[in-house]
Amino acid sequence: MNLFEHIGRFILMIGSAFKKPEKWKVLWKNFIHEINSIGISSLSIVALLSLFMGAVMVIQTASNIDSVLIPDYTVGFATRQSMILEFSSTMICLILAGKVGSNIASEIGTMRLTEQIDALEVMGVNSINHLVLPKILASLFIFPFIVLISMGLGLIGGGLIGTQAGIITLEKYIMGLQYYFEPFSITYSLFKTLFFAFFIATIPSYFGYYVNPSGGALEVGKSGTKSVVASSMVILLINLIITYFMLL
Amino acid sequence: MSIIVKDIKKGFSGTEILKGISFEFEPGKTNLIIGQSGSGKSVLTKCIVGLYEVDEGQVIYGGENFSAMNKSERKQIRTQIGMLFQGSALFDSYSVEENVMFPLTMFSDMSKEEMLDRVNFCLERVELENKNHLYPSEISGGMQKRVAIARAIALNPKYLFCDEPNSGLDPKTSIVIDNLIHDLTKEYNITTVVITHDMNSVMEIGENIMYIHEGHNWWTGNKHSIVTTDNEEIGNFVYASSFMKQLRGKLS
Ligand SMILES: Nc1ncnc2c1ncn2[C@@H]1O[C@H](COP(=O)(O)OP(=O)(O)OP(=O)(O)O)[C@@H](O)[C@H]1O
Ligand SMILES: [Mg+2]
Repeated sequence: MNLFEHIGRFILMIGSAFKKPEKWKVLWKNFIHEINSIGISSLSIVALLSLFMGAVMVIQTASNIDSVLIPDYTVGFATRQSMILEFSSTMICLILAGKVGSNIASEIGTMRLTEQIDALEVMGVNSINHLVLPKILASLFIFPFIVLISMGLGLIGGGLIGTQAGIITLEKYIMGLQYYFEPFSITYSLFKTLFFAFFIATIPSYFGYYVNPSGGALEVGKSGTKSVVASSMVILLINLIITYFMLL
Repeated sequence: MSIIVKDIKKGFSGTEILKGISFEFEPGKTNLIIGQSGSGKSVLTKCIVGLYEVDEGQVIYGGENFSAMNKSERKQIRTQIGMLFQGSALFDSYSVEENVMFPLTMFSDMSKEEMLDRVNFCLERVELENKNHLYPSEISGGMQKRVAIARAIALNPKYLFCDEPNSGLDPKTSIVIDNLIHDLTKEYNITTVVITHDMNSVMEIGENIMYIHEGHNWWTGNKHSIVTTDNEEIGNFVYASSFMKQLRGKLS
């Protein structure tokens, strides 16, 4: 299959996913379950990454500024900009594309392999709707919160290292954080995140759902790798496009 | 109600697997599809339930042409189908109880209590009481098969498909599963289709048998006529092992 055939089948899958569910109650139950397995279970890694990245950014910025003309609070300003604009949305989503993506691909791929998807279809259940829609909705719902948490923790991490290591005083750091702050930057970041979330849920679902069952576990493993590569590329591309149109 | 297949053809990327198969699966009977590994038994079954689209021919459920139906019409038929897959195909994130309850949750308007009653009834029927809260990974292969049967009969199906219900099971457990399928068929007058290449099953429950060979419906009959037929192919299939060959020598 070439790229265009994949895209065509992907779009058809999305169409199928957004059909009216058999039972709203079942969708709700699956939605809650997915929020847990996609979102809540990723919180600790996101927290850790954000704290450390914020801290490193403060050190990096401080060590690269040795001109007296540049004020101290620039450290806070630069950290805020990098965290909010790129790290907490794009980087965190790239990392979660790996973690969440391989999870989703292997879960759905295994269901294909063990005929669980066939079992759903024979019962009369729209398997794409049943399996993929809750993942899409849960991702769209939970990812903005994850990104907001990452922003907050990143700035806290930076503040902690900055003050503890004597790089900057708390007042100056906070002043930097507030310097020329535009709430729009958060809107921009969350807007991007919605797109990322959509593809982090759907691309791995696609590769898992259409795994070749005669290839066995090997093929399921490959579908995980493919989906991580594909969703990372899509995230980078979308990031470029959205940034171009929203910030330029 | 019967299932009739008319001149079904199905191939994959050029190679024809089924080359025109016609047969009537009768209600209240255990209808068997037998044949060598790779002869297309699973493909035929998947064509009948619509997991594969047929290239040519028709599948008719109780007088209605399934092949010509659209998605929502097919769904009406599918809620009357129970299927047991070769590998059980239980949902492994669900407990035994949730697995059996799943079709009820999806397609019935029962209350929680009614569903639980039905689940327990089905589990009792396959002799799996008090296993409700175990997960598929915590029970044996034979038990998984029985849970899958319980799930397949939860919605009182008119049609039951079993793809190799006793592959990978010991002879004694196999017979138990065979008899269970046979009894359910009689009790609820189900049109049951069992795929097998196990001669024990054939002799135990073979009421209406079709033998697939080289993409054709090579021979039809039942467990009595299969041992007396002089069809060469069938003879080779039935008396494949040296033990059976010796037995045949003794018989004749
Ligand atoms: N999706 C598919 N794509 C291509 N070829 C297939 C597909 N499914 C089955 N086949 C081929 O069709 C043939 C029949 O397969 P099938 O699974 O029906 O055999 P079977 O009679 O069920 O065998 P077994 O007893 O081992 O289960 C095989 O040669 C198989 O390679
Ligand atoms: Mg088979």
